[in-house]
Amino acid sequence: MEQYLEIVRTFDVLGAFWVNIRLAFLASILALVLGSLLALFRISPIPTLRWAGGAYVTVFRNMPLTIIMVFMTLGAWGQLNFVLSRDFDTNFFRLAVVGLAVYHAAFVCEAIRSGVNTVPIGQAEAARAIGLPFLASARLIILPQAFRGAIAPLGNVTIALIKNTTVAAAASVATETSSVMRTMIEFSSSYIYAIFFTFAIGYLILVTPVGLASTYFSQRLAVRR
Amino acid sequence: MDHGEATTTTEHAPTSSRLGHPLVEMVDVNKHFGDLHVLRDINLTVRKGEVLVVIGPSGSGKSTLCRAINRLETIDSGAIRIDGEPMPEEGRDLARLRADVGMVFQSFNLFAHKTVLDNVTLGPRKVRGTRKDKAREEGLALLDRVGVKNQAHKLPAQLSGGPQQRVAIARSLAMHPKVMLFDEPMSALDPEMINEVLDVMVALAREGMTMVVITHEMGFARKAADRVVFMSDGQIVEEATPEEFFTHPKSDRAKDFLSKILTH
Repeated sequence: MEQYLEIVRTFDVLGAFWVNIRLAFLASILALVLGSLLALFRISPIPTLRWAGGAYVTVFRNMPLTIIMVFMTLGAWGQLNFVLSRDFDTNFFRLAVVGLAVYHAAFVCEAIRSGVNTVPIGQAEAARAIGLPFLASARLIILPQAFRGAIAPLGNVTIALIKNTTVAAAASVATETSSVMRTMIEFSSSYIYAIFFTFAIGYLILVTPVGLASTYFSQRLAVRR
Repeated sequence: MDHGEATTTTEHAPTSSRLGHPLVEMVDVNKHFGDLHVLRDINLTVRKGEVLVVIGPSGSGKSTLCRAINRLETIDSGAIRIDGEPMPEEGRDLARLRADVGMVFQSFNLFAHKTVLDNVTLGPRKVRGTRKDKAREEGLALLDRVGVKNQAHKLPAQLSGGPQQRVAIARSLAMHPKVMLFDEPMSALDPEMINEVLDVMVALAREGMTMVVITHEMGFARKAADRVVFMSDGQIVEEATPEEFFTHPKSDRAKDFLSKILTH
């Protein structure tokens, strides 16, 4: 037991989780912004924007996250000189955030669109009838109701995103949980089960509240009709 | 079916001297839903201060006609003018013109996530740029006028149909519209709620509001309408004063329709 605790301290398990939490937090915000914009494209009256939004979702929803993450380092950074920070580690961290956000934005967009479908067409007609242009009626009437109808699916996307931060290893973020776990097992394979459980339980603790919160708020904030 | 014969224009219609210039003009308007010809050569003029009731069997195109006036439905051919201005196809100009055309829906369509008061003040604030306290003051006055001021801070879902429809009327009035469209405003209401909405509408008509009302309420037509237009199969078949229309309908289709609804 003491030896196990020694390993956990040496490898800074909490620090590793903190990296994933930061990845998840920043990527969720970015994905939410990008996804909302895409959803706006997909419901807009302009055919070109609708097409662009649809094309984005088709491409990124159907591509493995690992490929996007590897592309962020080897392609975006390695070949295209896409630099987000002078600091080597910070640069990879930010590239990973962008990769995660770009991928999950497609799912956020679809979650919001499912929320838009919960808003009766009459709401949009009433908004137009009092003279609100498209953007104003989307911002004031459609999207606020759509978000409240999309909390449960958005929660699911957030859960997937938190767990998918472990793929950041593919974008050379070496301090995150899955990389640390692998190193720990390599160095002290006799504690393999204990190490597995440490990370499994860590993620349970991290993710479970998100699911509970999304269920709670999806009921609490539901638009009454 | 002969399209031309049944088409009438307002030139032949009775107009009293208190009516002003043409506010809504529809000229040779046609619309199809796929194979269905829902509006056939519609020519209709509504003048300032006029209360027009459109009546007809379901599927006759009366609702489409009403929705076409503020372009919630597009038209295939013809022209629609509001206060002399042609209806723009889309964009900011369309939004600006729509702000001058009030619309009251069958299913109320109050903004479900906003309070009653916010429903009424949203348009003035976001479209007209009215200051918050002024919009609020005016909104409360309007809610008072339609008799739901004490519900101002409730959400629409907490109100029953009658009060919701009265809020919807207040929401339209808050924009100071030139003309108001009512698309079967009583059809979704319980019988005991119809009168409270009817009273508000009759009062509006008496104050000189220009109104286009799709309804089956003979009571409203008799009390407040200047003119009744009867539609069938996408055409305007007959138009007359309410008294004339209900007592001496000219066309067979109108006679048939009236015999069906008046026996109940």
